Amino acid sequence: MKKKSRFARYSTEDKALLLLGYILLGLFVLAIVIPMVYIVVASFMDPITLQNRGITFDFEKWTLTAYERVISNSQIWIGFKNAVIYSVVFMVVSVIVTMLAAYPMSRSDFKGKGFFNIIFMITMFFGGGLIPTYLLISNLGLLDSMWAVILPGAFSVWNMIIARTYYQGVPQELREAADVDGASEIVYFFKILLPVCTPVIAVLALWQFVGMWNSYFDAMIYLNDTAKQPLQLVLRSILIQNQPESGMISDMQSTAERAQLAELLKYATIIISSLPLLVMYPFFQKYFDSGIMAGSVKG
Amino acid sequence: MEKKSVTAKGGRQSLGEKLHNTVVYVTHHWQLYLLFLLPALILTLVFKYGPMGGVLIAFQKYNPFKGIMGSEWVGFKHFERFLSSPDFLTYLANTLKLSIYGMLWGFPIPILLAFLLNRIESTGIKKKIQLVLYMPNFVSVIVLCGIVRILLSVTGPLNQMLGTSVNFMTMPEAFRSIYIVSGIWQGAGWGSIVYTAALSNASKDLKEAAVIDGANIFQQIKAVEWPAIKDMVLMQFILQAGNIMSIGFEKAYALQTDLNLRTSEIISTYVYKKGLLDGDYSFSTAVGLFNTVINVILLVMVNKIVSKMNDGKGL
Repeated sequence: MKKKSRFARYSTEDKALLLLGYILLGLFVLAIVIPMVYIVVASFMDPITLQNRGITFDFEKWTLTAYERVISNSQIWIGFKNAVIYSVVFMVVSVIVTMLAAYPMSRSDFKGKGFFNIIFMITMFFGGGLIPTYLLISNLGLLDSMWAVILPGAFSVWNMIIARTYYQGVPQELREAADVDGASEIVYFFKILLPVCTPVIAVLALWQFVGMWNSYFDAMIYLNDTAKQPLQLVLRSILIQNQPESGMISDMQSTAERAQLAELLKYATIIISSLPLLVMYPFFQKYFDSGIMAGSVKG
Repeated sequence: MEKKSVTAKGGRQSLGEKLHNTVVYVTHHWQLYLLFLLPALILTLVFKYGPMGGVLIAFQKYNPFKGIMGSEWVGFKHFERFLSSPDFLTYLANTLKLSIYGMLWGFPIPILLAFLLNRIESTGIKKKIQLVLYMPNFVSVIVLCGIVRILLSVTGPLNQMLGTSVNFMTMPEAFRSIYIVSGIWQGAGWGSIVYTAALSNASKDLKEAAVIDGANIFQQIKAVEWPAIKDMVLMQFILQAGNIMSIGFEKAYALQTDLNLRTSEIISTYVYKKGLLDGDYSFSTAVGLFNTVINVILLVMVNKIVSKMNDGKGL
């Protein structure tokens, strides 16, 4: 009832404008959905039909071959396993280090705050660049070690600012109550402060996890050992370099068949590799607004 | 109990007193330094400041076996070589065009999306639309570029629809459009979050009042909604403009083919190829350093301009 009356308040021109707006939004949504649906449907199709006639709803021609081949390939699973390990470790290390560092930086009485702030801020604008970083990692003996992809980015100044801003919004009374009880810094931080910061922790954890899961550059330059490569590098050879893992297509006789199968494998690979995040992220949606707003307030 | 030592606020403290206060504070609050700050400080010093010393090799003929101490100094030779090569202008122009065009097209769309979302009365529908809009953000760069390559391939759906067989991925003219459109596809929805959040904080009463006063949609936007997101728009603009030279390596590299390099080779991909594929460490470092310096200058400039426009409020 209420909605109706509100809508009735719009004038005719406004209604037309609104309709135009909804159409625009609808088109944008369609533009996102259609390519995704296409990939899903195409992943079940017979490669020859797909190439010659495009998508058909001739269900006899549908097949699960691509999925069987992708799932039975061990390199994909090694990639998955590595991606999970790297992303979880990176997320945990990064959130702990960031939340810890943001605490002293959020306190107005912290001595040396200005100095440390400058030290941190400089790194946001200036860095050594690719080769000096590579040489450092190499000198530290971290090549082909997972720490090469985890440690350099584990502390993010930007995320520290977000956490700090969030702490500053926590009511001062909590602090005073803790002081009265004689709680130490550690007790206050872990028992009182962190529990009220769940939204920002959730958002930072999600960002770091997704960031690590989806990136490939660091792994590409630091990890050469195929046993250590994360999923994105395996995907890169299949999707970008057109080099499916050898076991996936080697039983095909002709080159043409191999090429068609390699093409079909791409669809299944995309679906299998993207599914975990796409299923997971809606559970975090409720934190997006509050967590991101926290970060956008100037600290 | 701990605040006593600090709050001796009288402006005229002797140096000794100050030092004494600091020592008292630090010993009292050692946990803040050793437990809370130290891990971040170590990571920053090792992995951010460590490489900064390494930029010296940009002024050397660096030999990995001799190290920085033993390598020969050559001054600005590498910079001169890069700046005087014909490639320099091409790569610089490619980098600038890719990020500036990307920003011009990409910047307004999240704002528009936020305005549109804000006009949806039913929160249930709004949430569902947001769920779809945010989805592409969780697709990786590699998968995104994989999808782009599939959709645009010679036998792919776009060509099937048009009845043509054009290989878009090998066309230098198409690279920027592909990069920018796919960027909007992936990022516009996610980019609208900050504006949506700011809009939902705009006073509901104010909006009701505007509606009752008979304001039409444009007037409402002008009087209520735009003021609510203005600061956010400005801040996002500074951030993006400041990052013009640091446009990402990952996507450009994943969309490159041998044939579209004329437009797709940007400074970051060039630095990678020269340095790690060709092993020309010093030259690559010099190019990277040049890029960083331009970036810092741009950031300072943009911040100055915006703070002038915005009555002294910069970032």
